[in-house]
Amino acid sequence: MTGLAQLTRHRLFWPIVALFVLLLASTLKHHTFIEVTIRDGHLYGGPIDILRRSSILLLVALGMTLVIATRGIDLSVGAVMAIAGAVTLSQIADSPDPGSLTTVALAMATGLAVCLVIGVFNGFLVAVLGIQPIIATLVLMTAGRGIAMLITGGQITTVTSAPYKALASGFWLGLPIAALIAGFFFAVVAVVTRRTALGVLIESVGINPVASRLAGVRARTIIWTVYVLCALFACIAGFLQSSNIMAADSNNAGLFIELDAILAVVIGGTSLAGGKFSLTGTLVGVLVITTLTLSITVIGIPVNAVSLFKALVVIVVCLLQSPVVQHKLRARRRKAAPVPVEVPA
Amino acid sequence: MTEQSTTPIVEMTGISITFPGVKALDGVDFRLLPGEVHALMGENGAGKSTLIKALTGVYGIDSGRIVVGGVEQVFSGPAAAQAAGVSTVYQEVNLTDNLSVAENVMLGHEIRRFGVIDWHATRKAARGYLQALNLDIDPRSSLSSHSLAVQQLVAISRAMVVDARVLILDEPTSSLDADEVARLFDVVRTLRDRGVAILFVSHFLDQIYAISDRLTVLRNGTLVGEYRTEELSRVELVGKMIGRELEVLSELETSSERAVVDWTGTPYLQAIGVGRKGSIEPFDLDIFPGEIVGLAGLLGSGRTELARLLYGADHADSGETRVAGEPVRLRNPRAGLSRSIVFSSESRKTEGIIGDLTVRENIVLGLQAERGWLRRVPSRKADEVVDRYIKALGVRPANPDAIAGNLSGGNQQKVLLARWLATAPKLLILDEPTRGIDVGAKAEIQKLVAELASQGMSVVFISAELDEVLRLSHRIAVLRDRRKVAELVNSQDVTTDVVVDLIASGGTSA
Repeated sequence: MTGLAQLTRHRLFWPIVALFVLLLASTLKHHTFIEVTIRDGHLYGGPIDILRRSSILLLVALGMTLVIATRGIDLSVGAVMAIAGAVTLSQIADSPDPGSLTTVALAMATGLAVCLVIGVFNGFLVAVLGIQPIIATLVLMTAGRGIAMLITGGQITTVTSAPYKALASGFWLGLPIAALIAGFFFAVVAVVTRRTALGVLIESVGINPVASRLAGVRARTIIWTVYVLCALFACIAGFLQSSNIMAADSNNAGLFIELDAILAVVIGGTSLAGGKFSLTGTLVGVLVITTLTLSITVIGIPVNAVSLFKALVVIVVCLLQSPVVQHKLRARRRKAAPVPVEVPA
Repeated sequence: MTEQSTTPIVEMTGISITFPGVKALDGVDFRLLPGEVHALMGENGAGKSTLIKALTGVYGIDSGRIVVGGVEQVFSGPAAAQAAGVSTVYQEVNLTDNLSVAENVMLGHEIRRFGVIDWHATRKAARGYLQALNLDIDPRSSLSSHSLAVQQLVAISRAMVVDARVLILDEPTSSLDADEVARLFDVVRTLRDRGVAILFVSHFLDQIYAISDRLTVLRNGTLVGEYRTEELSRVELVGKMIGRELEVLSELETSSERAVVDWTGTPYLQAIGVGRKGSIEPFDLDIFPGEIVGLAGLLGSGRTELARLLYGADHADSGETRVAGEPVRLRNPRAGLSRSIVFSSESRKTEGIIGDLTVRENIVLGLQAERGWLRRVPSRKADEVVDRYIKALGVRPANPDAIAGNLSGGNQQKVLLARWLATAPKLLILDEPTRGIDVGAKAEIQKLVAELASQGMSVVFISAELDEVLRLSHRIAVLRDRRKVAELVNSQDVTTDVVVDLIASGGTSA
């Protein structure tokens, strides 16, 4: 087999191609899109914008990857984002000194604590009570926004707080703080899962929970942990999102982000059936989705065709990744390849 | 059977299949005649399953020809093979548990009237197919309400609905008791007399000789030969399968010299009135260091349930367990593991191997679980352990990066053993470690168990084969109807008949 053929078989080949095509199309439309310039000591330009905008989805998808690897799913992430924003902004708004760093830090700590409880709750339903993850997290997906509304009293809470605003719009070392935060957690999770045994134990539980338990793996604890992590990452995503608009909008914060996150995980090659997961894959998936959303505006797709365009790109990428299509494409080049077909034993 | 005059219904020539890193089949020829029972023999990893999967369209072939009923076939999948008249009944029954018997038998072939399913007629037809196999069960009953043996017969009925000319039975008897096997064989003979070609795979030599007309032997992915069963003695057959002198087997016969166990000290594990409602009645059991305790009893007698309590896979709701004299509560597998107790389940696939992980990851898993996720097993230590056990147990292929799910049953069993031995256990509980694996591997595992015990490890050994239990154990606990009914010290006088009597009488004569 040639090197090229091997390359096209890599599960991230087509998502990366899609990423480049989108970047290319945007650059052809606006020649300055790909340029990165320095303004006021910060980096500016299309690629930087993509990084900044990816940060929220990356955080959510990061948790989602771990949950999906254990055969689970977490639909409540969007609602958790809304709750995180509501809790934190309400506390900042109620404080006498919204601009102080202490106020912001304390408010964020409260947000994290609330989300920790949510994660523990989700994990309890799945790991201890054995409720199917899609149902267990559906509870908070629907109820969570109601809780957020209660916290904000049905209003859209707005605040003015420079330190909080910096989360989403600030720069550090020339880079957007939001992207740095997401990148930091991405790196931490990558290191922790691959340098400790957490990654392989998560995979083991995802592939065969019963066998893992009998092997002495604390399957319940691991499942519980991933739901807690997922809620915490959603919480931080909620900070970034509310900081972006400096408002807690319980109805719209993180709306449908669970679907984008699941999509990013799947594009990245992690199977919804659990087991082997790829954080790099998720990162690529997130970049594809964000670039897609951004390039739609840059290329100038008419507003009413945006959803259709997005759907088309996603369908094409998923099709190219599908084993059946891959096999058909390969069969045209190489005849009589053996295909082990999965049969339920 | 008039062999010469019949043309084969299946003729496979020069079949080769390669998997990444493994040549699974290398130019194998195989033929199957109508109206015969043909046994496919070979050790684990000899290529039996691969050959069957080629014939049933599960795997595509790299080279060779498959002719079924005179027509050359290129199977695109299992459905194509079925359409050509090749049906398979797998070891693990391949039916839908939560549907009714009739729905299972007739699935995809329901009788329709005016475009909708006529359930009355469908059930009637199903009953007809079942009765043809002397199976008198209510077609409306749910499949899961029947024993595995009946489910297997239902699977065969289903094969008859699709008018199979070739019926493949892959280890159909591995979980059946003697009566059920006899019943299955009656059905097999009926089908044979009707002209169906039956391919039979089993590790029980007695059964091969009882049912098969001819047999084909494979070894390491190549064809050894095709023989008439009556013309080949058992010793010759085993010799052809393992391809080396029968030293292993003879060693096995003489290994009855067991190391002496000191029964005066403190038992490593002591169960006092330990039980669990609905699973096993309270029992007492002592297991001394260096002792092999065999559990004998029929399927469903509570052997597995007892073992699970000793490990902590299930937690006991009565009694007390002591490890090395100290009372302990074994509430989960971790608790067992931390007391150096390990348990290898009888269901390799569902409760043992993590299919998508590598051999290496599977072996290290036990060690890793013991250390917790934070303290990863250093890769040098992992390499060393994996290497040592792959060599010591003869795991094939000897490739730590092979995906464990792709290994044959016997090799998966060795990987599981490796996982547990790597944790240096003091009590090793083996539930049917030799089920569904070939004589060679079986002998190796038995030898290993005896060796480990002589080095001071305590072993609980569960097997449906009494011979095996008698050959290895120092003491035997007999179970019946989820109750421990007797316990006896093994000696020359203890024969399978003695144990069978105990099982039959429920221990009253002991």
